[in-house]
Amino acid sequence: MQQGQPVVERAHPGPATYVKVAVILSIVTIIEVATYYLVNYLHGAIVPILLVLSAAKFVLVVGFYMHLKFDAPLLRGMFAWGMTVAIGITLAMLALYKL
Amino acid sequence: MSDGTAVGHAPEAHHTTTGISHNKMLMWAFLASDCMFFGSLIWVYMVYRGRSLEGPYPQEILNIPYTSVSAAVLLLSSLAMVLALHGIQHGNMRRFRVWLGATAALGALFLGGQYFEFTEFYHHGLSLEQNLFGTTFFVLTGFHGTHVGIGIIWLVTLILMSLFGRLSPADAERVEIAGLYWHFVDIVWIVIFTLVYLIPY
Repeated sequence: MQQGQPVVERAHPGPATYVKVAVILSIVTIIEVATYYLVNYLHGAIVPILLVLSAAKFVLVVGFYMHLKFDAPLLRGMFAWGMTVAIGITLAMLALYKL
Repeated sequence: MSDGTAVGHAPEAHHTTTGISHNKMLMWAFLASDCMFFGSLIWVYMVYRGRSLEGPYPQEILNIPYTSVSAAVLLLSSLAMVLALHGIQHGNMRRFRVWLGATAALGALFLGGQYFEFTEFYHHGLSLEQNLFGTTFFVLTGFHGTHVGIGIIWLVTLILMSLFGRLSPADAERVEIAGLYWHFVDIVWIVIFTLVYLIPY
């Protein structure tokens, strides 16, 4: 890539989108907390449900508030690399010590 | 998700090898490394989860309604942060200061809540050396709280700089980088809230 070559970035969203994301995050958080009180009904499904909801919140914040959805792919790759290593080590250690 | 009401901020190309600001790239590299840092603390917590030989046990002392409010406060601070960034990117310094002040205040509220929680736990007999839960819980959430504290100092510094004329809309990238750090602290809490508090023991 030549010096100063424009990277593929898109315009960041505005306040209306940020507020919409905040509303979604709030609703997901309410659902998360509700699952805690429904543990007797959800049984084994509660862990996958909570992990999916947590991942959804994570992606929303990273994508919209941290603008990774709109920024250069290189930045996405850098963060994904760190996340992949962290998740990989966590799963490996859990497999080593828990299973 | 589209936003028909607001004019988005168009990212500018920088005169660097990649076309991306070095400062911004450095922050993302730091955040990637911080993922691994918190990843280590999280897997240690998860490995020792439910292995304490003596109490107090998490199910006895964790206060889910209280922590849910704390989690909501930190999520709200992320909204305030991104609105502050939007303010300075569009040259509205008053809006920038108000929202950045709100971000710092919400962060301080979260940190105060964490201090109260830690104190409560200590009075219930939970300490760093009491059991495996105490050790892993205080180290994980303590390091997160330290990150929040550093973030608050950073935000207050930016507010003071803007008040003394040392920060202008031309410096919006400085605020964006502080915002990246702040949002990262928020996403770490999203994970901690689920793994430590919500998943049943």
